[in-house]
Amino acid sequence: MPLLEVRHLVKEFSRRRGIFGATSVVKAVDDVSFTVERGETFGLVGESGSGKTTTGRCILRLIEPSSGDVVFDGKDVLTLSRGELRRARRDMQIVFQDPYSSLNPRMRVGDIVEEPLVIHRLGSKAERRARVRELFDLVGLNPDHLERHPHEFSGGQRQRIGLARALALNPSFIIADEPVSALDVSVQAQVVNLLMDLQQRLTLTYLFIAHDLRLVEHICSRVAVMYLGKIVEMGETARLFATPQHPYTRALLSAIPVPDPDAPRQRIVLDPNSFNRAAPLREIAAGHYAAT
Amino acid sequence: MSDIAGRGARDAGREGPGARDAGREGRGARDAGREARVGVAPSAPRTPDPAPRLLSVEGLNTVFDLRGGTAPAVIDVSFHVNAGETLCLVGESGSGKSVTALSILRLVQRPGRIASGSVLFNGRDLLTVSEREMQHVRGAEIALIFQEPMTALNPVFTIGDQIEETLIVHGEARGRAARERAIELLGAVSIPEPDRRVRDYPHQLSGGLRQRALIAMALACKPSVLIADEPTTALDVTIQAQILDLLRDLKKRFGLALLLITHDLGVVAEMADRVAVMYAGRIVEEAPVRELFQNPRHPYTQGLLASIPGGARGSRLAAIQGTVPPLGHLPPGCPFAPRCPRRFEPCDTAVPGVTVIEDRGARPEARKTESRTSDLGPRTSDLGHTTRCYLYSPAVEPEVLPEAPMKKSR
Repeated sequence: MPLLEVRHLVKEFSRRRGIFGATSVVKAVDDVSFTVERGETFGLVGESGSGKTTTGRCILRLIEPSSGDVVFDGKDVLTLSRGELRRARRDMQIVFQDPYSSLNPRMRVGDIVEEPLVIHRLGSKAERRARVRELFDLVGLNPDHLERHPHEFSGGQRQRIGLARALALNPSFIIADEPVSALDVSVQAQVVNLLMDLQQRLTLTYLFIAHDLRLVEHICSRVAVMYLGKIVEMGETARLFATPQHPYTRALLSAIPVPDPDAPRQRIVLDPNSFNRAAPLREIAAGHYAAT
Repeated sequence: MSDIAGRGARDAGREGPGARDAGREGRGARDAGREARVGVAPSAPRTPDPAPRLLSVEGLNTVFDLRGGTAPAVIDVSFHVNAGETLCLVGESGSGKSVTALSILRLVQRPGRIASGSVLFNGRDLLTVSEREMQHVRGAEIALIFQEPMTALNPVFTIGDQIEETLIVHGEARGRAARERAIELLGAVSIPEPDRRVRDYPHQLSGGLRQRALIAMALACKPSVLIADEPTTALDVTIQAQILDLLRDLKKRFGLALLLITHDLGVVAEMADRVAVMYAGRIVEEAPVRELFQNPRHPYTQGLLASIPGGARGSRLAAIQGTVPPLGHLPPGCPFAPRCPRRFEPCDTAVPGVTVIEDRGARPEARKTESRTSDLGPRTSDLGHTTRCYLYSPAVEPEVLPEAPMKKSR
């Protein structure tokens, strides 16, 4: 049984043109289905507006989806009551893109990491403090810096704080929404290594949302490509990168700048009319799906 | 200390084009190089410069006057860009690359100020001309485009108005002619239906179209130099590809000199003719693009290239340890020393000077014969491959060099 199963997820936003205009409905997530196996890193890639972040937030019900099912560890997340949802969220956490805006600047970082334990009423004060020190150690931060404020840390360190907070409740599943894209190049690799180390040590499952295809290719076992709210292609990373089938995937992969001055460049420009947007995903080879 | 050394070096560099030619020959053959060293002397015959520099930054120092003292943001930076050439300035946030761009146009805001150096453009030093003349240079001769097109455009005017304003201010055109020219420019940057789009407000355009509109505005007065500061960082990868194609095309069509500031080595590989790598305010390595990717010398450049995801899936990335030192807290020696896997004795004592890497492909172990002289100063950018690192400095005795060179994973 997969750890996470998303079935026919839809999220509609209504938008009104002008003050008196008619409302129109935008499907930010349009009938998205995929599964994430225990212990794997599943990549969700796409450009801005493709619905990848909205999909991630719907899974945690940080945004309420319009319809569909999200089954996590055998439980249907979308039918849980508030109390049940809170308990379920112990097991599923999120790390945000921007470590500058996702940490409360007025709180000490020790308190930021401790907060989930307080909210879930876990342990005594002393036990919680001990757990926070342990978490700091786990993510490679100095436990002597618990009393400092977020502004005293660099971007990479802040992302480690965000990660420590996400790990506080010992979750099995983490949604990492662009976790390194706001970081300096030389620091990105450190955080990526940390994510991979933690996955091994704590047997974590990741839903890795990113636009950096090179990074996704490196760390994800399977990947789904989103375009305008739909998954247009999904499959094992190696296979999908080697033999992309959907015109959008091909255009996307051909647009990545290759860090080699001698690499041949053959840009494929996407013609939005060259494919049927309503085409359903179908299995074109074992485990490789494309909406063509 | 480094400042004094820098100044001395700059003076040495002013000795004339002879020094530059010396470097050129030196690159070709080692023996010629040895002779050429003699040529560095002030009495060297003046030879005509084969590739006239359009824009040349020499010994630039920009500092920020903070409460705690003066913090250097750009330290002894020298480079040049020729017409029709792309120089990529690579660095992380805080490396001083954007401040360098702003310094060229004298747009550094207080508490920042340009402390010393020169910016030679069309036979003038832009750091000494009047503010009035500078206003003409900005936009009409050297144009600048920013990372975030939404903040660079005024939301309450149409993009047509904003392009026309540029034309009117610089006396290029007015009235109907200005509108027509605006439409023409929007067409030149491949905005579809330019005659309709010219009436759009910035919020009506997508990110990619906004960046195109900004490029159109930058090109309005036919500048000869375009400085693009992270022009594609805020854009999606497919849009980035289009903007890069457009910049390359415009460079060719208008013979622009392009100074492209980026942190993305993929973009560098695609766009650059030459690359200058900045770290903590200094250029630590400069080389033609192929040379830089094939034979990176500075451990920082090597680390950057090695940390690009690649290799077996799930394998650890070769990360550079530590973080960039904050402005005003530079270590006493080489600013990269605290993070450097190949740090050795001299690194913590003083900032290394500029060393010319002569023999391409040779390994640093053989550096005694291949590298020549330190502190060549500003004219180094014609010398091919240069770096600021004691590993290649002839001033360092070989027996004190650290043994194992860092393995390149790429």
